[in-house]
Parts: sequence; structure tokens; C-alpha cells
Amino acid sequence: MKISTIKDLLDAKVVCGEEELSRHVYSACGSDMMSDVLAYVKDQAVLLTGLINSQVIRTAEMMDMNCIVFVRAKLPTAEMIELARESGIVLLATEKRMYEACGILYNNGLVGNRVKNV
Amino acid sequence: MSELLNFHFVVDGDDFTCAGQASVQVKKNLRQLGLPPEIIRRVSIAMYEGEINMVIHAGGGVADVNITEDFVEIILADKGPGIKDISQAMQEGYSTATDNIRSLGFGAGMGLPNMKRYTDYMSIDSVVGEGTTITMKVNIN
Ligand SMILES: Nc1ncnc2c1ncn2[C@@H]1O[C@H](COP(=O)(O)OP(=O)(O)OP(=O)(O)O)[C@@H](O)[C@H]1O
Ligand SMILES: [Mg+2]
Repeated sequence: MKISTIKDLLDAKVVCGEEELSRHVYSACGSDMMSDVLAYVKDQAVLLTGLINSQVIRTAEMMDMNCIVFVRAKLPTAEMIELARESGIVLLATEKRMYEACGILYNNGLVGNRVKNV
Repeated sequence: MSELLNFHFVVDGDDFTCAGQASVQVKKNLRQLGLPPEIIRRVSIAMYEGEINMVIHAGGGVADVNITEDFVEIILADKGPGIKDISQAMQEGYSTATDNIRSLGFGAGMGLPNMKRYTDYMSIDSVVGEGTTITMKVNIN
């Protein structure tokens, strides 16, 4: 699934990485606990989280994730945006809550750990 | 088995925002060396978990990364409170983290199990009241 499709489906705003929206992600992971995320290695995954601090960006960077969606209308700090820019990570922000955001992506074919036709 | 490169970092225990910087730097260095992405990811995640643990549980410490032809070795040493029961600490879900740490996104009790999962070798040397040293290795071939 293209990052631009995620943006549209979640009615999300692009915080940074506008030029990378045509990149693809193949799986997704939703959590506010970073070690849960770190337990889950999949290529080109998107992270959905309600947590706001720089460790979210570092966690995504460690995992080679190229997109983070902040749920519940949370906005990343300037420092987080800077870290994301350095690492080439796209940041999106949606008003939807975690459960709904994950459900929408799942329903549209972005399943947790395998690829359907997306 | 000769050491090709080593990196040394001081991990500040007072600044949660900066925690993980050493791991980010190591990831960059390993990329420059052209190591396979899968190896880099395993080293980065294991070191990052260990680095965060030093900050949230032990007040900081030092990190050393040694790269040889055959493996990447990560040694994390702190002078924190130590770990009383290592086999308990290794269990998924076991954590002594406070609510404050949990609100920062850590304290799922997954860090040490992740470190074990992503490395080929891991040993924990810990004395209560003196500190903890964790050694991990990821084989390159
Ligand atoms: N360097 C350390 N010094 C002292 N105690 C430690 C250290 N590392 C881990 N521990 C102890 O072991 C427990 C388990 O560690 P582990 O990394 O698995 O989980 P956590 O850090 O509590 O949560 P998570 O890693 O999921 O964010 C910790 O809660 C802590 O009690
Ligand atoms: Mg931990």
C-alpha cells in the first residue's frame, strides 16, 4: 500500500516527508509500547502510535520503518520532526483513534504480518 | 578474529530524550561499512534495547561496540542497582518499570527477550548493588 493511500484512508495530515508519499509499506504495527514494536520485525512496515517522544522516531529508525502515523490527533514535537527528516521517515497525523485507524488499514488490505493484494 | 573497528560511547542516564543516540550512531557506522541490512537491524535493535535499559533502570553507563570479520560485539556496562533474578528478568512481560516509564513507551518487559532473540550470543553479568554488564554478539556470516 502506498503511503499516500494511508494518508487518504485515515484522512491524515502530512507532518513531514511529503516527497516520499509514493513509497510502499507492506505491513503495519500499532502500539504505544516501543519494545512491543521492537519485537516485531517486518520489512517496510508502518507504525501507528499515540506516543509522543523522540524514542518513537528512534524505534522506527532501528526497525527500518519508513512511515509513522500518530493517532488521536497527537502532534509530534519539532525535535521529533527533525529526527524523522534526518532519517527519511514520513510522519502522518490523524484524528482517528488507534482502533479505528488500524481497522481501516486492515480492511483495506494492509494486514499485520503478511501481504494481501495491495 | 582480529578486531577491525571499535566504538565507545558514554550513555547519559539523566536524559531520556537523548537515549538511543549511541545506537543510532552505530547503525550509521555499520551502514557505512556496508554490512547486510538484516545484520545491521539486529545489532541496532539489541543495542537500542540495552541502551534504553541502562538509562531507565541503571542511571546510564558505557557502551562498546567491536566489529570483527566474523561478528559484531556489543558490551553495555553500568553501575546501576543490578538484577537480582536474571532468569525472571529474561521472561517476556516481566518489568519493574514505574508508571512514569510506561507512559514514555517502555516497560513492557520485552527488552531483554528482544535482545536475546536478535543476537546469536548474550550473557548477563550482574551484581546487586554494583551493576550490570551485558555482552551480545551478532554473527556476520
Ligand atoms: N541495566 C539494568 N540494570 C538494572 N536492572 C535492569 C537492567 N536491565 C533490565 N533490568 C531489569 O530487568 C527487567 C526486564 O528488562 P526488560 O528490558 O526486559 O523490560 P523493561 O525494560 O522493563 O521493559 P521494555 O524493555 O519492554 O521497555 C527490568 O524491568 C529491570 O527490572
Ligand atoms: Mg527494557
